[in-house]
Amino acid sequence: MAFLEIKGLRKRYGALEVLKGIDLTLDKGGFLVLIGPSGCGKSTLLGTIAGLESISAGEICIEGQQINDLHPSKRDIAMVFQSYALYPNMTVAENMAFGMEMRGVSKPEREKAVAEVAKTLQLEHLLKRRPSQLSGGQRQRVAMGRALVREPRVFLFDEPLSNLDAKLRVDMRVEIKRLHQRTGATIVYVTHDQIEAMTLATRIAVLKDGELQQVGTPYEVYNTPANLFVADFMGSPSMNLLEGKVSRSNGTASVVIERAGTVPIAFPVPTSANVETLSEGARVIFGIRPEAVSDLESADGKSKSIMTFTSQVEIVEPAGSDTFVVTSIAGKEVTARMRADSDIRVGQSQVFALNLDKAVLFDPATTHRI
Amino acid sequence: MSAADIVTARPRRVYSSQSIVTRIVIYGLLVFFAIIYLVPVIVMVMTSLKPLDEVTGGNMFALPKSPSFASWIRAWGEAAIGVSDTAGISGYFMNSIKMVVPAVLISTLLGALNGYVLTKWRFPGHKLVFGMMLFACFIPFQSVIIPMAVILGLLGQIGNHLIDATGFSFGFGNPTVNLVLCHVVYGLGFTTLFFRNYYEAFPTELVKAAMIDGASFFQIFRRVLLPNSTPIIIVTVIYQFTNIWNDFLFGSTFAAGDQSPMTVALNNLVNTSTGVVEYNVNMAAAIIAAAPTLFVYVVAGRYFVRGLMAGAVKG
Repeated sequence: MAFLEIKGLRKRYGALEVLKGIDLTLDKGGFLVLIGPSGCGKSTLLGTIAGLESISAGEICIEGQQINDLHPSKRDIAMVFQSYALYPNMTVAENMAFGMEMRGVSKPEREKAVAEVAKTLQLEHLLKRRPSQLSGGQRQRVAMGRALVREPRVFLFDEPLSNLDAKLRVDMRVEIKRLHQRTGATIVYVTHDQIEAMTLATRIAVLKDGELQQVGTPYEVYNTPANLFVADFMGSPSMNLLEGKVSRSNGTASVVIERAGTVPIAFPVPTSANVETLSEGARVIFGIRPEAVSDLESADGKSKSIMTFTSQVEIVEPAGSDTFVVTSIAGKEVTARMRADSDIRVGQSQVFALNLDKAVLFDPATTHRI
Repeated sequence: MSAADIVTARPRRVYSSQSIVTRIVIYGLLVFFAIIYLVPVIVMVMTSLKPLDEVTGGNMFALPKSPSFASWIRAWGEAAIGVSDTAGISGYFMNSIKMVVPAVLISTLLGALNGYVLTKWRFPGHKLVFGMMLFACFIPFQSVIIPMAVILGLLGQIGNHLIDATGFSFGFGNPTVNLVLCHVVYGLGFTTLFFRNYYEAFPTELVKAAMIDGASFFQIFRRVLLPNSTPIIIVTVIYQFTNIWNDFLFGSTFAAGDQSPMTVALNNLVNTSTGVVEYNVNMAAAIIAAAPTLFVYVVAGRYFVRGLMAGAVKG
């Protein structure tokens, strides 16, 4: 049985349903990231696990114990808030010990636990300070320390890094990852940053409008997105999506993308797609990530099917580590990732190599992956 | 501009004749109004330090020839107040203290609790309840006197029964307790308004964090909300203290004779119809009556400013 189990969870505010039947499981020691655009219900979902929001239907269990109607303090969870929510009138040490104090843990035990966690998070020299005397990153660490010190069954993080500047965010991300690897804690983490989701998660759950779009490992979600929304939402720059038509001849199927004024491009159907379901003339959406589109020299040598096409370079975006090149096929922008030192100029005609191992097809009617 | 020009062009304050005139007008006006506001206080203090013949015979603005606190002592301990046997205002001063301290504390605490519930533990109809409490702020003193008298009469009867049964009234029917009740009930609308507006902006995540930490309803209130409410507590205390201390209507209606608060005693002293009017004693008594509110402003006002600054400086 999974450590954390959510079954058929629904949440309604009057007539408005913000969570429409969520089913999720997480194993002990897992790191589940809930991701989605603003207003998708991810923070509400976290709130229902914490017990700060009531649920309209469904079930939440930790270690097989139903916790639906338990008070937040009885669920044995700890939460790190976006605003950190440190008590301004208490010192760092008092902040960290408050939960234990409320649970009647004796003073020497509290002090011992706080000292241990403070050592782990390098907060020892800050214990006597108040939150107003700390920097953003320090506050963030105290908020994490306050959660850690209680050794709860599940940690809940509500966009904990979104108030930090870009550099600090990357540092703290690494720190959270290290903390997870060392303590083996079970974590549910809400974010709208897909890089945080990819780097931290053992499982990612993508939400949209209160519905789960896909749950899987970061690899699965990234490489085999369940539908167009996930494909577009995960990854930066996002996946190239092109409309095409299926053409069958001599027992093989290919995807044809019409181009005005020049020859159409025809790809063999990607290996990820189920060829049998495709009928002649069916409309499909062909999806390929920017890193699977490159120049010939830097194309993946291990790929079983590489396909080339020639097109005009429209925009060149040097990003330091890579150079992104934008061209267009059939009026749709296509982004390709080139080596940083590739000598490409705007307006020139360029041969692009497509790694079809990484390509996916979607049904435009249902938006699901084929 | 050459380098030499830059060196010689030191920043210097240059007042044009126009700006000097402006300044004179501004400061002149300020000084003028300050004097206008201070004149009554100065006259009061000087009069209180003069013997009676100097007050009646001399100029009101003349400095006292030999300042003495004799009339202060007389006002405090000897002067006849109305037809009462008690001498001096000291007893009434203590009546007021006994009334104002519990009334301020209880109304402030209840206001804080109301504000906490109305913002962090919302229930269906919380807006209506708040609206009605707000409405209480607009009810004039005069219109509650009769209903209040009925209720206090009832409480007095309960007190009488208790005395019959146990020999002790438990405070029922005691004029000071009655006045505390009046002021708490009347002040609740204001204190609730103050605290609700303050807690409306208070981060709810702190309350949620405390809930997860296992704090109960009152623990959250006492450990998280109250310690972070210093500025609004000070504002409420100043407001309530001033209002309750200066109240005359409730005091004169619901307390009589020796049980009257300070304001009523001062009135009885000044409006006496027998003997000579001792202006110096009246002035001394008036200053003593005004002293506590002044004290609260001076002491608490500083904390108030400090509380505001703490929030402003934080990044």
